[in-house]
Amino acid sequence: MENLIEIKGVTHAYKTPNGLLPVLDDLNVTVPEGEFAAVVGPSGCGKSTLTRLVAGLMKPDEGEVWLHGELVKSPRKTVGMAFQNPVLLEWRTILDNVILPLEIVAPSMPRADRIARAEELLELVGLAGFEDKRPSELSGGMRQRASLCRSIVHKPDVLIMDEPFGALDAFTREDLWQTMHKLRAQEPFTAVLITHDLRESVYLGDQVIVLSGRPATTQYVLDVHYPMEDGERKLDGLYSPECAEMLATLRDQIKIAQGRVPAAAGAA
Amino acid sequence: MKTVQKIAVPMIAIGLFVAFWEFIVWFNGWPNYVMASPSDLPAAYSKFWNLFLSGSWQTLWRTVAGLGLAVFFGTLLGMIMGFSRVARDGLYPLLVGFNAIPKATLVPVLALLFIGEHNFNTVLMAFLISFFPIAVSVGIGLSTLEPEYRDILASLGASRFTIFRKIALPKTLPEFFGALKVSVTLAFIGTNLVEIISPHGKGLGALFLSGQTNSNYPLMFAVLIALAVLGILLYYCVVALERIFAGWAERPHQ
Ligand SMILES: Nc1ncnc2c1ncn2[C@@H]1O[C@H](COP(=O)(O)OP(=O)(O)O)[C@@H](O)[C@H]1O
Ligand SMILES: [Mg+2]
Repeated sequence: MENLIEIKGVTHAYKTPNGLLPVLDDLNVTVPEGEFAAVVGPSGCGKSTLTRLVAGLMKPDEGEVWLHGELVKSPRKTVGMAFQNPVLLEWRTILDNVILPLEIVAPSMPRADRIARAEELLELVGLAGFEDKRPSELSGGMRQRASLCRSIVHKPDVLIMDEPFGALDAFTREDLWQTMHKLRAQEPFTAVLITHDLRESVYLGDQVIVLSGRPATTQYVLDVHYPMEDGERKLDGLYSPECAEMLATLRDQIKIAQGRVPAAAGAA
Repeated sequence: MKTVQKIAVPMIAIGLFVAFWEFIVWFNGWPNYVMASPSDLPAAYSKFWNLFLSGSWQTLWRTVAGLGLAVFFGTLLGMIMGFSRVARDGLYPLLVGFNAIPKATLVPVLALLFIGEHNFNTVLMAFLISFFPIAVSVGIGLSTLEPEYRDILASLGASRFTIFRKIALPKTLPEFFGALKVSVTLAFIGTNLVEIISPHGKGLGALFLSGQTNSNYPLMFAVLIALAVLGILLYYCVVALERIFAGWAERPHQ
């Protein structure tokens, strides 16, 4: 299969008042089409920076990001983004929030088609009947579901998620993991998921990429072999010996990564 | 029931206030030239009703014109400061300094700059005194927009203008209207300041001044009450606009 996302030798530093802050150092990631890459790493190591580079919101100092065989120089209409904060627009209904990307990407699409597309997704994530509600009327988990719908409403080929479930309680989070698998079965995106939850990375990822401490480089890549039942990943699978072993490996890797985090933040 | 209460409670409050005022004047035995009492006012209104009408109109349109300018240029300044760090660093001290100048000192300056242009001077003062809160609130609203709000559209290649129109602008509306409520009162003060201080002025302020020169104290108090009514009217117009354009920001009760 074609590698849909290719990050080649990406190096990046931020200019700060205290000088250059190197954040990414010769980072390499490849994600085949249709696959799900989970990225874990110590806090502040540069995970969000990576998402902004993949989205084309920033250019790396060195190295290249390729999406679908094209070098990324600026934002592309075929990318979807979701964040820890659902960032729904309070003055729009849930339906109109989901439609928002279509207004940019497909300005000539008839409103009826936009509504049909948004309703299809809202139904899929269990938000049917909430179309006309305001974001403030929904729970945190429901808002994040709406935010996920918005991030894929325009059928992006790449979905970038930066700790989308990080602010949710454990049970809601597990519900959303399952919703994520449901969406994957229906929608053709390739995904990068930043997370700080190792169980989440194993349950959702086809590969888990462990980043080292800042400046982040690819420290370890785990190929996930999830115990499947009826071709499906069940939550109970997380308690299988296979998953326990993968989780133990990841935990060890995170410890190594954390050991490399410089004690004091600031310039190198 | 709810609406009756919403109207009745302020009415009763006003009634109590007027009664208290009447009582204080009666209790102290103050004559008219020390302090007019509410019962003196109807006579003043009926005697000078045409002056009140034309004066109110003068004051009203110049206040609204000044406020309109303040909205336009205040928003523009706010946008410049909100989008550019350099502009913010450069403009902010200037604006704060300008805002700190007591505006009464500007009346003679403007009068000399634009001799005889009474309408223009008044509108200009209403503008000068009221644009600051709008500029600051729009500037802060835009500069504190969380990056994720920008990124949901920026990641699709949307232009800065589209992001402004679809996200930044509506998101700052609640702050904008908060500032507008302050500005409308300030613009009103600015108009009256010029009307009262400059000779041969127009509007309610000039009527107040003529009451003063003729020692017609009931007239002066009648003007004050008319100003208060006009101020309340303007304020609630802004509140109504806020309901229409930023009603979504109001949390539903309970
Ligand atoms: N725009 C910026 N300017 C300067 N430093 C930044 C900027 N954005 C992030 N950083 C710094 O870069 C490092 C990595 O940030 P980030 O990519 O957000 O990390 P993560 O998402 O892994 O927690 C952090 O130390 C952060 O303080
Ligand atoms: Mg982050």
